[in-house]
Amino acid sequence: MAGRVSLFVTCIVDQLFPRVGLAMAEVLERVGWEVDFPEAQTCCGQPAFNSGYRDEARQVARHFLRVFRDAEYVVVPSGSCTAMITHHYEDLFRKEPEWLEEARRLAPRVWEFSRFLLEVARLEDVGARFDAVVTYHDSCHALRELNIREGPRRLLAKVRGLEVREMGKTEECCGFGGTFSVKFPEVSGGMARTKIESIVETGADYVVSIDSSCLMQIQGVLARAGLPVGTMHLAEVLARQ
Amino acid sequence: MAALYQINIRKALADARLQSAIYASTGRLMDHRRHAMAPDALPDYQELRTQANLIKKHTIENLDHYLEQFEVQVAAHGGKVVWAKDGGEVVEFLGELAKEKGARLIVKSKSMTTEEIDLNERLGHQHLETVETDLGEYIIQLAGERPYHIVAPALHLTRYEVAEIFTRHLGVENETAPEKLTKIARATLRQKFLAADIGVTGANFLVADSGAVVLVENEGNARMSTTAPRIHVAVAGIEKLVPRAQDLAVFLKLLGRSATGQPLTVYTSFLSGPRRGEEIDGPDEFYVVLLDNGRTRVLADRDKRQSLYCIRCGACLNHCPVYRKIGGHNYPWVYSGPIGAIISPQFMGLTHDPWLPFASSLCGACAEVCPVKIDIPRLLLELRSEVVKAEERQPGRRLERLAFRAWAWVMRHPRIYEMLGLAAGALMGEGDGKGWLSRAPALMNWGPLRAWLSQRDLPPAGRSFRQLWRVRSARVKS
Repeated sequence: MAGRVSLFVTCIVDQLFPRVGLAMAEVLERVGWEVDFPEAQTCCGQPAFNSGYRDEARQVARHFLRVFRDAEYVVVPSGSCTAMITHHYEDLFRKEPEWLEEARRLAPRVWEFSRFLLEVARLEDVGARFDAVVTYHDSCHALRELNIREGPRRLLAKVRGLEVREMGKTEECCGFGGTFSVKFPEVSGGMARTKIESIVETGADYVVSIDSSCLMQIQGVLARAGLPVGTMHLAEVLARQ
Repeated sequence: MAALYQINIRKALADARLQSAIYASTGRLMDHRRHAMAPDALPDYQELRTQANLIKKHTIENLDHYLEQFEVQVAAHGGKVVWAKDGGEVVEFLGELAKEKGARLIVKSKSMTTEEIDLNERLGHQHLETVETDLGEYIIQLAGERPYHIVAPALHLTRYEVAEIFTRHLGVENETAPEKLTKIARATLRQKFLAADIGVTGANFLVADSGAVVLVENEGNARMSTTAPRIHVAVAGIEKLVPRAQDLAVFLKLLGRSATGQPLTVYTSFLSGPRRGEEIDGPDEFYVVLLDNGRTRVLADRDKRQSLYCIRCGACLNHCPVYRKIGGHNYPWVYSGPIGAIISPQFMGLTHDPWLPFASSLCGACAEVCPVKIDIPRLLLELRSEVVKAEERQPGRRLERLAFRAWAWVMRHPRIYEMLGLAAGALMGEGDGKGWLSRAPALMNWGPLRAWLSQRDLPPAGRSFRQLWRVRSARVKS
């Protein structure tokens, strides 16, 4: 055994995309890690934080920190939730030194899934095979807060049978933005439609991302437009054999 | 009931011509910037950004010192600094100056600071004619509009629309070729330059150690405005200072490239004081009006004072997917885009347009291209929490707070969270999306759900990860 990882599957994967969590566990186990799922976990607090409700976000963040306090590694199928924990908890707890300390102690052990594979497990090839054409969507928080750009592409490049085609607007936002998607639905929807034009142009079968929230938005607009392009989390691609 | 801003945003989104005009123009500016910032074109770009940020930080934190130094230097070069706490004081100063000198006509070069205080309109009330001499500004002045963009004020107009504006206001024939349109503007403006008594400009930078006003432009109209009339008045926000002339080596490399992709704009003018004895060009009198208009209030806020670092390059607008959809006129103030979204609430008050800091997906493209590294998404988040606090008594906000309180309570109670997840799953129907929800239209009408469904489908519901994980663990054990 290489070691033990605790999954933080995020609320959105838990409730809406459970197969992403399962795929992540499968890949991690396949490459020799012991995987556990602390059942008391819920959410990182980002929805409240991004909506301006910091007290409420703090309550949920404290719960998160308690649940994962003793974890060796926390692996997360989301760049956005990872950045919330590793970057924004700093702001959230700047007036609560004890919790700030807790957050700082945990942060170096919290890893976005693709980065964990590359930098902790030190693997590019996880033995996956998937005969399909995909295009990779750079999710904003992974790209700009965590600086994750090449990593997921390197992992995809090692998948047997897979063809990756870059889209023109890969770094452009899908328009999700949490509560932004329901506070400004027309703007958010417009952004998504611009994004899917770029996806469709590639002729890919699937659009792949490391954030399920982006994929929920993209999938929702693709489905509404009746377009035959699927969405897959990177973990789902890497789980294929 | 949709609020006015929502109606206006929908209008902009539904206007296909406008959408393609914004998209094409901002897209071009993005491409130009990308080429100018490419590693082989500007290898030290990131270091320059860091330097620019540090110089601005230092200047803003020591602004009192540099303002005094600047005033002394301007006086030493024969000019005069005028302090204005708001637009009213700028108008008062210019009105009195015009009266004293018998001035009637003012030519202006492009300045967001004068837009900020509605200078043209307010001088008009004093029977002073002001003419904008930057082509884009001239077009929107004729059309009676506000700038659509910080550096490209007429970005939203096609040449056909410009031709119409010229025909309507100048009585010329309908010419749609850009060269011809420029020629028409040039001929009209040349007469104005020659007849003007006062030239009013903004300032891209104010140099503390030499008392210089630095102007950056492409058309030469700012240079004309500062040399043809007898009097030059520069109106600038107090945040425009840099300590030393050599600091401009950093900022001039960044400004043109960030704005339009130009390594340097066509004209860069350093103006300090009126014309001296042996000099051929320059005005007889030289004034710099230093405007506060709320800036000291922003300065007082330790976290948000970085908003004052902005050098008005407009890169954040071009790269903002929200600006590119809603356009420049749907922002409440003359400053649009991400920078407008962070400075407007600070200048106009949090509750003036409380929706503004929320009109962002927080994608961070703005901060990525900001040449002075203003952390715009972080400031938007700060402002969101301040708006929520400022509006805590407002009924809609109370309801929202209640919802988030309930949500936070659920998120601290994993069992209840799981039960509610199960209930929601049952409502939506497992797998096929044909649960009670689709049979109960009233539920579909619930605000956020309706908003979501107005644009896109929902993912099919099913069992949660934790349920599946238990099944899986049981299987592994047996």
